[in-house]
Amino acid sequence: MQVEKFTPKIVAFCCNWCSYAGADLAGTGRMQYPENVKIIRVPCSCRVNPSFILRAFQRGADGVIICGCHPGDCHYTSGNYFARRRMTLLFGMLDFLGIERARTRVEWVSAAEGARFASVMNDFVQKVAALGPNRRLGDLRCRDSKEVEK
Amino acid sequence: MQKIGVFVCWCGSNIAATVDVRKLVEAAKHEPGVVYAADYQYMCSASGQQLIKDAVANYGLTGVVVCSCSPRMHEATFRKAAQSAGLNPYMLEIANIREHCSWIHKDVESATEKAVILMRAAVAKVNLNVSLTAGKSAVVKRALVIGGGIAGIQSALDIAEAGYNVDIVEKKPTIGGKMAQLDKTFPTLDCAACILTPKMVEAASDERIRIYSYSEVESVSGFVGNFTVKIRKKSRFVEEDLCTGCGLCAEKCPSRKTGNEFNLGMDKRGAVYIPFAQAVPKLAVIDPAACLHFKTGKCGLCAKNCQAKAINFDKKDEIVEEKYGAIVVATGFNPIDPSPFGELGYSRYPDVITSLELERIMNAAGPTGGVLLRPSDKAHPKKIVFVQCVGSRGLRGCDKPYCSKICCMYTAKHAMLIREKYPDTEVSVFYIDVRTPGKNFDEFYRRAVEQYGVHYIKGQVGKVAENAGKLVVHGSDLIMNEQVEIEADLVVLAVAIEPDESARKLATMLTASMDTNDFFTEAHPKLRPVESPTAGVFLSGVCQGPKDIPETVSQASAAAAKVVGLLSKDQLTCNPCVAHSDELLCNGCSACEKVCPYGAITYQDKEVNDHGKREVRRLAFVNEAVCQGCGACTVACPSGAMDLKGFTNRQIMAEVDAICR
Repeated sequence: MQVEKFTPKIVAFCCNWCSYAGADLAGTGRMQYPENVKIIRVPCSCRVNPSFILRAFQRGADGVIICGCHPGDCHYTSGNYFARRRMTLLFGMLDFLGIERARTRVEWVSAAEGARFASVMNDFVQKVAALGPNRRLGDLRCRDSKEVEK
Repeated sequence: MQKIGVFVCWCGSNIAATVDVRKLVEAAKHEPGVVYAADYQYMCSASGQQLIKDAVANYGLTGVVVCSCSPRMHEATFRKAAQSAGLNPYMLEIANIREHCSWIHKDVESATEKAVILMRAAVAKVNLNVSLTAGKSAVVKRALVIGGGIAGIQSALDIAEAGYNVDIVEKKPTIGGKMAQLDKTFPTLDCAACILTPKMVEAASDERIRIYSYSEVESVSGFVGNFTVKIRKKSRFVEEDLCTGCGLCAEKCPSRKTGNEFNLGMDKRGAVYIPFAQAVPKLAVIDPAACLHFKTGKCGLCAKNCQAKAINFDKKDEIVEEKYGAIVVATGFNPIDPSPFGELGYSRYPDVITSLELERIMNAAGPTGGVLLRPSDKAHPKKIVFVQCVGSRGLRGCDKPYCSKICCMYTAKHAMLIREKYPDTEVSVFYIDVRTPGKNFDEFYRRAVEQYGVHYIKGQVGKVAENAGKLVVHGSDLIMNEQVEIEADLVVLAVAIEPDESARKLATMLTASMDTNDFFTEAHPKLRPVESPTAGVFLSGVCQGPKDIPETVSQASAAAAKVVGLLSKDQLTCNPCVAHSDELLCNGCSACEKVCPYGAITYQDKEVNDHGKREVRRLAFVNEAVCQGCGACTVACPSGAMDLKGFTNRQIMAEVDAICR
């Protein structure tokens, strides 16, 4: 049987002011990172509701990353601190549920850090790929039948 | 059900070379809600925009997805196009298939696959978009300038000249700031007072400018166009409308123990004093900590001698409340205290002074009447050593990491002035780098070296010690690669400058951001250098970063231009992507109120009709003009009542679903 190379599904939440702009800068600088990272724009990292992350895992995402402004640089003064606290709790709970720590991450990427955005994504995809598919929270009803048989 | 049009931009070959745009168009046609899909070479061009407008008209589109460059680039362009086609501008979303796809991938197949997914997510979002209407808020036609140094004065003068009222709040008894203490200014050597004091008088006599001197900002609330500011007018114990500024009280005051702040404590002033001869406003002020009347209940000589009967020992602080449309922060700087650098002996030896102290000594209105005399024995110093970068550029433990920018130039100025006036004086300067980027700056520095024979030594100073009653500066000469010891009669430290201590408190009040050094952050370091990220708050002078006078004045005028641009509007359009609470779900818990960084959420009792049951409940209300749309409250809300327009829970979930499909 031919083993296909596993390409994880990655959802990235990026704040509009820093990380989304950092991702744009990575693009402008033609810095490569894998295609499987899909970015959702949110006004601030504090807009990311833990339920979005649970939903992503339920729907078959293999990794979720939240990117915001560096501590102290939040466009909304303190949003990234809220995000950091919330995600610490959520990731702890996910770990308890058996979602490996490496599948979730919070990173600070400024609007000036295109290279950092690319390297963070490369590293994250690599770590998630090494873990294999997310089976713990994935809702079987959300998968196609072929994948379930495997 | 929405009728969505998908428009795929080639961006020349920027997108089309890596993403199969035709395939993307075909894929779009199968997405739910999509009734029309097309591609075009340059969607942002006039004809590309026309394509969108025509499709809206011909297909009765209710929503639009543009697959193109980053929304940070052209979202506003396309929203305007949608609006001119009669669509609500917020019914349009962008799928970023350039910066986030075609530019970072090489393989056409996988890049196209990703572009399809990004398009799907945008379509899924637009399916849930609703029309949003931006609110309007009125603009109060008055500006507040916090700080009355040269930055604040210049901003206020420019705003007033444009025809708007402006108030200056200055915490000291007089405006003028640091520039008033300077002797000459580089690189032209004009006398600081000669160019500053006319501006101070102009500000005081302009009927549009109100000066709150000896006053501090107590609190700030509100938002761009409509700030409410409480100002504490500290009591001078002198009736401002009676005092004539004759100075008789200051002459008669028997207390002579307090260091004169204007001369950095190098001479003494009375308990009642006028800061300096050209002070604006020229009013006496009583320092209750030094005043014998406040300490013993006796004396009162000033009151007995005041012919205007202006002294009032019972005068209390006063709080005034004013409304402003815009705020300019011009809080300026202070030189740091070099005492922690023990090796330089600032607190040990009286003849180790700071550059600002030298500035006062050289000033004709200073403690020595402009004669260069050293503090210890009032003798003419014959050998002067300047030490650069004291506390700047992160060289020692307690240093600032930044370059204070002005020190290289003022030291060259001091050295030059001293050599000019006292040619028999030897002047040496220990420096790390000489930084002279500025108009006529390097020429000025070279004049100090070549024409005035100032001895520049590249290297740091290890310590300043005393040997047989003489100061000895121990340093290194990096060019000669040797240790040097130089005897000195006077050592002058070019100390770092730091933001005024009031700045951090003020930043919190204004919800303006600061960097780790307590300098105010600008909205964009290159393209919006005089605006703070907080709308309606502008930055002027050193509060934003070290600057010399010409730079400060240009920034002050730039900030004023921004203020005038804001005040010239009668109404402001608000961001419609703000939080909104569902009254039937809200349980009045206050969780959202606690996380809101803007104080935009208030609680009110309101009668609701919950499925026929009428009752009064405590409910969250969002002030849409104050809300900036961060969404912190939406996550804090335990009952799911709070949602963010334009980024609703359902919209983001739909995007997640589309990506993971």
